[in-house]
Amino acid sequence: MSKNIEAKDLNIYYGSFRAVEGVNMSIKKKTVTALIGPSGCGKSTFLRSINRMHEVIAGAYVEGKLELDGQDLYGAGMDPVIVRRQIGMVFQRPNPFPTMSIYDNVIAGMKLNNKRASRKEFDETVERSLRGANLWNEVKDRLDKPGSGLSGGQQQRLCIARAIAVQPDVLLMDEPCSALDPISTLAIEDLINELKNDYTIVIVTHNMQQAARVSDYTGFFNIEGTGKPGKLVEMDETKTIFSQPTQKATEDYVSGRFG
Amino acid sequence: MTTTEVTPTPRTARPVTQLGDRVFAGSAKGAGILILVVLAGVAAFLLTEAFPALVAPASELPGEHNLAVYIWPLLFGTLLSALIALVIATPLAICVALFISHYAPRRIAQGLGYLVDLLAAVPSIVYGLWGVGVLAPASVGLMTWLNDYLGWIPLFAGPVSATGRTMLVAGLVLAVMILPIITAVAREVFLQAPRLHEEAALALGATRWEMIKMAVLPFGRSGLISGAMLGLGRALGETMAVAIVLSVSGVVTFNLVSSGNPSSIAANIALQFPEASGLGVNVLIASGLVLFLVTLAVNMLARYIVNRRSEFSGAN
Amino acid sequence: MSTGTERTDTVTQGPELDLPASPDLLPKAKGTLPKGTAWGVFVASALVVGGILAATGFSIGLWVVLTVVLFAVATYVLSRVVEGARKATDRLVTVVVSAAFGVAMIPLVSVLWTVVSNGIARFDAQFFTYSMRGVVGEGGGAYHAILGTLIITGLAAAMSIPIGMLTAVYLVEYGKGRLAKAITFFVDVMTGIPSIVAGLFAYALFALIVGPGVRMGFAGAVALTVLMIPIVVRSTEEMLKIVPNELREASYALGVPKWKTILKIVIPTTAGGIATGITLAIARVIGETAPLLIAVGITTGVNLNPFDDRMATLPVFAYYSYVAPGIPREPFLDRAWTAALVLMVIVMLLNIIARIISRAFAPKTR
Repeated sequence: MSKNIEAKDLNIYYGSFRAVEGVNMSIKKKTVTALIGPSGCGKSTFLRSINRMHEVIAGAYVEGKLELDGQDLYGAGMDPVIVRRQIGMVFQRPNPFPTMSIYDNVIAGMKLNNKRASRKEFDETVERSLRGANLWNEVKDRLDKPGSGLSGGQQQRLCIARAIAVQPDVLLMDEPCSALDPISTLAIEDLINELKNDYTIVIVTHNMQQAARVSDYTGFFNIEGTGKPGKLVEMDETKTIFSQPTQKATEDYVSGRFG
Repeated sequence: MTTTEVTPTPRTARPVTQLGDRVFAGSAKGAGILILVVLAGVAAFLLTEAFPALVAPASELPGEHNLAVYIWPLLFGTLLSALIALVIATPLAICVALFISHYAPRRIAQGLGYLVDLLAAVPSIVYGLWGVGVLAPASVGLMTWLNDYLGWIPLFAGPVSATGRTMLVAGLVLAVMILPIITAVAREVFLQAPRLHEEAALALGATRWEMIKMAVLPFGRSGLISGAMLGLGRALGETMAVAIVLSVSGVVTFNLVSSGNPSSIAANIALQFPEASGLGVNVLIASGLVLFLVTLAVNMLARYIVNRRSEFSGAN
Repeated sequence: MSTGTERTDTVTQGPELDLPASPDLLPKAKGTLPKGTAWGVFVASALVVGGILAATGFSIGLWVVLTVVLFAVATYVLSRVVEGARKATDRLVTVVVSAAFGVAMIPLVSVLWTVVSNGIARFDAQFFTYSMRGVVGEGGGAYHAILGTLIITGLAAAMSIPIGMLTAVYLVEYGKGRLAKAITFFVDVMTGIPSIVAGLFAYALFALIVGPGVRMGFAGAVALTVLMIPIVVRSTEEMLKIVPNELREASYALGVPKWKTILKIVIPTTAGGIATGITLAIARVIGETAPLLIAVGITTGVNLNPFDDRMATLPVFAYYSYVAPGIPREPFLDRAWTAALVLMVIVMLLNIIARIISRAFAPKTR
């Protein structure tokens, strides 16, 4: 299930604007990798390039290589739709489909991709995914109710359940807790710790305590000024980044002396 | 440093797309193009059918007049009736919109908005029947009064029509018809006025009217102009109400209260078309083309003002 | 709503210290009119005007108008004396603005009342089940016209809804660049086409295909389509724009292709709004008279074939019954008003349905 990600000399463009430059990064399977850095440094862009979500903006493209267990994600004939089926994503704000029940939200990925399955298989997927997202006990009696009736934290876990229901290899999280209260945040962080047994997780966060709590590896992105491309400054085990980083910029940032 | 050179072969310039995507995107695009084709068709077919009238010698045209001589009184009537409607409806619409957006109690404001929208829902034929059946007889008294006391203004020179089927009444009916259009636009811009400006004005101790004068009206000025233009466009093209209400004699006059009035282009087409044949049809279509161009110009001017506003307002 | 009465009331009664510094704006008198003053002045004005009119000759219209005028003047003068010029102006504007709303309601009430009271006489079973074939005086009905209206409007809807919705999808989801700009611009142009011109277009089109003098239901449907498409495009566009991008992204991230995201996520999310817009578009064109007068004409009998010859429609039926009545006149006029009433009822029903749809489809949270 879980796979490694390898970025080699990756440049990301929006039209003629180079947003991210020269990223070389290895992400090991069954680990949590946190991407930190100031706003606009390209960490979210990099994250979205992993499942080609940045291509939603017209004119976006990449140079360099991005591989998932040796499979070139940007190779000729590679459909972004296929890439996204292998690499799930959870967004900043919880976004369950408002027209669907909790049950339908979880199996939305399967249904929309025309996966034929019996009622029993759907039932099993729903239970497995909701249990996987630590939400089963809270919603098992109201699976037919709209997903938008849940609390923010529950909605975010529903979105995680929806993402893992299609059994991806990698789970990308773009500031998944920034719209949540501390208690819900804690629940999500616990969940991330459990999920890494099955998935490769990459998480973008502005919260350095969160990065320190949940991740095994941390990558620090930085930007020299507006209009300049973002770069990966340093990447290492999380405790190294937070205790003895090799770069001055990283040290400044993690110790709060930045900006 | 940012490099601005474009790479020769961006690796995802042509992403692989699914068949379903291509079919769906194609049909969506096709529908859009179809609209362009239809509009080109409107222009082309009108031109084709108007062409015989444009080139025919005056002697073969109805009344043996030059085409311009035939259309001019109609154009005059069109513009005059629409102008009356505009002059009456615009201030009223602004007041109504202000009432709904800033004066009415919040709970019932939306309901009042629906009521005004209902005015827009009434079919034009109903307005025509109402205009000739109710409004025309009811306004004879008003027009007699105008003639008695303001008869020295050419607009009210008289003699007053006994049936009330005058230009003024036609303009009034049109005013009622375009009132909801202008009101809707005005309401929209008033609600968009920045809350902070309003609150700042109130915090300075302004009365409600001073606040509106300071913070709401200046903000909405171009929106109001474009709303009025949209209403004008509608009034220019409105057919049935004028066709039914107005008693027509083909004169060109500013006298709004007499029984001799110029018809409007649209009303003239509606009245003449069912009986027309041969070149008469072509002449009517030529007049329709003129109407089309006039409304087009008015609407484009309105859009131009709206677009200029949206560039400056930062709403996008 | 931007401001309510409550808030502004508290502010206008605020401490004098907050007033603008320029001296000419400061009120000369610092009193306030007691709360019931407005009502008192209003009743007094009504009585005074009523009294004068009772002596000179009473007319309800004049009474209302003069009462409002006197009320406005009296309020202004009273407030000016007690509260100062600024507050007096404020009160005057309040009266004017409220009166304007009242004025705007007069035609609505009058139209509704006129149509209902004149139309109710023939609002009977026969009106809905008989055509005008062979009817010279009383009796008869608009069965043929109602069917014609439904057929022609239905055809117009069947043509304009798919074209309009697909175009809106193109503009919101795909369209970038010059083609999209051109389409947006020309949809705006189309919005301004006078309905009679649309009728002329349909006539010209079919005159070239079939021959001069052509009248048929389908031509009317084409004319209505030209009028309806821009309304459908605009309203659908508005609704699609409301759907948050996050939902599209959530769907893409699940590996759902774009077209399926649009069909299964975006459109269902805003289905209520789109249906409302379409219903209102139908309501808008179902009452159109002029293009049908040009392109379809009128007939006395039932014609269910929109591709063959003239058809009757409700608005045209009402028009001809009123302007070209037979002898005796009254049955024709009655039928005209009843046709207008039926048309109004249909339009109002469509409006109500639109509101119900938008309520029923609003995303649920419980």
